[in-house]
Amino acid sequence: MSVTHALREAAPPVANRRPLLIAAAIAAVVGLAILASVPQFANDYVIGLAISLLIYINLATAWALFSGTTRYVSLATVAFFGVGCYTVAVLGEKLPWPAVLLVAAAIGIVLALIVGLTTLRLSGMYFVIFSFGLTELVRQLVTWHETKLAGSLGRYVFLDLRGPHIYWQLLALAVILFAVCWWIHRSRLGFAIRLIGEDEAAARHSGVNTTAAKLAVFVISSVFMVLVGAIVAPRWTYIDPIIAFSPLVSFQVVIMALLGGAARFYGPIFGVVPLVFLFEILIARFPNHFSIVLGVIFLLIVYALPRGVLGWFIDQWMKRKARRPA
Amino acid sequence: MPAAQRRRHFFLMALIDALLAGFTLGGMYVLLALGLNLQYGVARIMNLSYGELLIAAAFLALVLFNQFGVAPWITLALVVPLAFVVGLGIYRLLLTPLVKRSRSREALEVDSILATFGLLFLIQGLMLVAFGGNYYSYSFLATPIHVLGTTVAANRLLALAIALVAGCGLYLLLTRTRIGTAIRAVAVDPQSAQLVGIDVRMLAAVAFALGAALVGVAGVSISMFLTFNATFGVLFTMKALIVVIMGGVGNLLGCVIAGLLLGLAESFVSTFLDPGLTLAASFGLFLTILLVRPQGLFGRAGR
Repeated sequence: MSVTHALREAAPPVANRRPLLIAAAIAAVVGLAILASVPQFANDYVIGLAISLLIYINLATAWALFSGTTRYVSLATVAFFGVGCYTVAVLGEKLPWPAVLLVAAAIGIVLALIVGLTTLRLSGMYFVIFSFGLTELVRQLVTWHETKLAGSLGRYVFLDLRGPHIYWQLLALAVILFAVCWWIHRSRLGFAIRLIGEDEAAARHSGVNTTAAKLAVFVISSVFMVLVGAIVAPRWTYIDPIIAFSPLVSFQVVIMALLGGAARFYGPIFGVVPLVFLFEILIARFPNHFSIVLGVIFLLIVYALPRGVLGWFIDQWMKRKARRPA
Repeated sequence: MPAAQRRRHFFLMALIDALLAGFTLGGMYVLLALGLNLQYGVARIMNLSYGELLIAAAFLALVLFNQFGVAPWITLALVVPLAFVVGLGIYRLLLTPLVKRSRSREALEVDSILATFGLLFLIQGLMLVAFGGNYYSYSFLATPIHVLGTTVAANRLLALAIALVAGCGLYLLLTRTRIGTAIRAVAVDPQSAQLVGIDVRMLAAVAFALGAALVGVAGVSISMFLTFNATFGVLFTMKALIVVIMGGVGNLLGCVIAGLLLGLAESFVSTFLDPGLTLAASFGLFLTILLVRPQGLFGRAGR
C-alpha cells in the first residue's frame, strides 16, 4: 500500500463534516476577536498573565509539532527562544522591528538546520541529551562572549513596545502556528512524521525520507520558538544569559505539552492553561515549593496520564462509544 | 635566569599544575560516572535525578560533620548501605511499573527520563526547602600537601584515593564474582542473559541500587572540597552523562579513561585558554563525540 493511498484511506469523509467545520471557523473568528480585544479592557496584570499564557501556548505547540509526533524529546526549546531574545537585544535598536523579526527567523532557520542535520540521526536517548547539552553550550558561549568580548553580562532592550503590542504579536503568531500545524497535520509531511513516531524503521522502509521530514518539521518548530523569544524580549528590558537561556523554560514546555497531550497539535493548550495559572499561584504564594510541585506533576503525568489530559478524555469517550451499541 | 629559560620554567610549572589538577578532577569524574554507568548500562534507566542523589549525600555529610562532628569517612561507611536501600526503593516503587509497562527499550527510555525528571525536581525542591539556595562547604583536611613542586589540598587527594578504591572495588566485583558476571551479562544482552537463567529484573534492581551507592560515595567525597548548593545536581548529572557516553555505555574501562580525559581537557582549557570556557569546552567535547562516535570512544557497536 503506497503512502498516498494510505493517506486517502485514513482521511475522513469530507461531506458530513462541512457544517461542523463552518461552525468551528465562525467560533474561531469570534473567539479571536474577543481575544484580540482583551487589552482594551484588561489591566496590566491580566495582560501580563495573558502574555505568559501565549508564550507557553506558542512554545508548547511548537514543541509538540516536532517532539509530540516524532517522539524525539527535545530539551533545546530555550536555546532557540534565547537566540531570539539575543537577536533583539543586539539588533533591536539598529533595524526596524519587522526586519528584526525576519533576521531572528533567519537565524533560527540556520541554527535549526545545523542542529537538525547533525543530530536527527541520533536515536531517542542521545537526542534528548544532545538537545540539553546544546542549550548549555549555547548559554556558556553567550556568557563567555558577553563577559569577555562585549564587556558586561547583561544587555538592555529599550524598544517602545508595550504589553498590548506584545500580546497582539504573540496572538498573531499563535494563529499562524495553529494554521501551520493544521496544514502539516493534513499534509503528506504530517503523515510521514506520525509514521516516524510510530515506527521509524517501518517509515523508512515504506519510502518516507525520514531525515528530510524530521528536518523540515524541526526547522518549522524552531523558527516559532525563536520568534517567541524575539517578540517577548522588549518586555523584559534587561536580558542576560541566565534569563534568556533558563533550562526551566524547556522543562516547563515539555511538561505542559505532555500534560495536555502532545499527540494532537491542539493538545498542549489543555496543559498550558492550567499549569500557567498553577505556576503563577505557586510563584506568588509558595516560591520555595515550586520545584516539589513541578516534580509531582511530572510524576503524575508519567504514571497517571501518560497520554495527557486530551488523550485521557479521548480514551474515556472511546470507551463510552464502544459500550453503546452502534 | 635568562628570560627564555624563565618562560620555559613557568610553562613547565603551569603544565604540572594543569596535569595534577586534571588528574584529581578526572578521578572525581570517574567516580561520578561509575554509578550512572551501572544504572544506564545495566538497568537501562537513564536516571536524570542522579546528581540530586549526589547532592543529598553531600548534604548528609555536611550536616553530620557540622552538627555531630562525624568525619566524612564515617559518613562514607554509612552512606553506602543507605544509598543502596534508597536506590532499591526508587527502582522498586517508581521504575518497576515503567519497566513492566513499556513495550520497547525506546519507550522505557523516554518514560524513565520523564519519571526521573520528576524525581529530580522533587528531591531538589525538598533540599531547597530544607537548606535554601545558599552555598555550603565545610573544612575537612584542607591542609596543603606538596606534590611535584605544587600544592594540592589533602582532601582532594583523599577524594582521589576514594575514587581509586571505589573504582577498583567495582572492577573486582564485576569481574571476580558470580553476581558481577551476571550483571555484565545483562549489560551485554538482557534477552540472552534471561535464557541462561539470570534473573534480569532482579539484577537490574541490584545494579541500579549499586549505582545509587556509588553516587552516595561520590557525593560524600565531593562535599569534602567543593562548595555546593541545592541546585547543583543537574550539573553533576550532565558531567556524569558526558563521561558515560564518551567512554561507551556499560564500559567500565572506557568510563575511567573518559573521566580522566575530561578532567585533563577541562584543566588544560582553564589553565592555558580561559577559565570561563571550561564548561563550554566539556560540552563541546561531549557534543562532538556524540556526533562522531555515538557508541562512545571505547563502546561496542552503536545503535
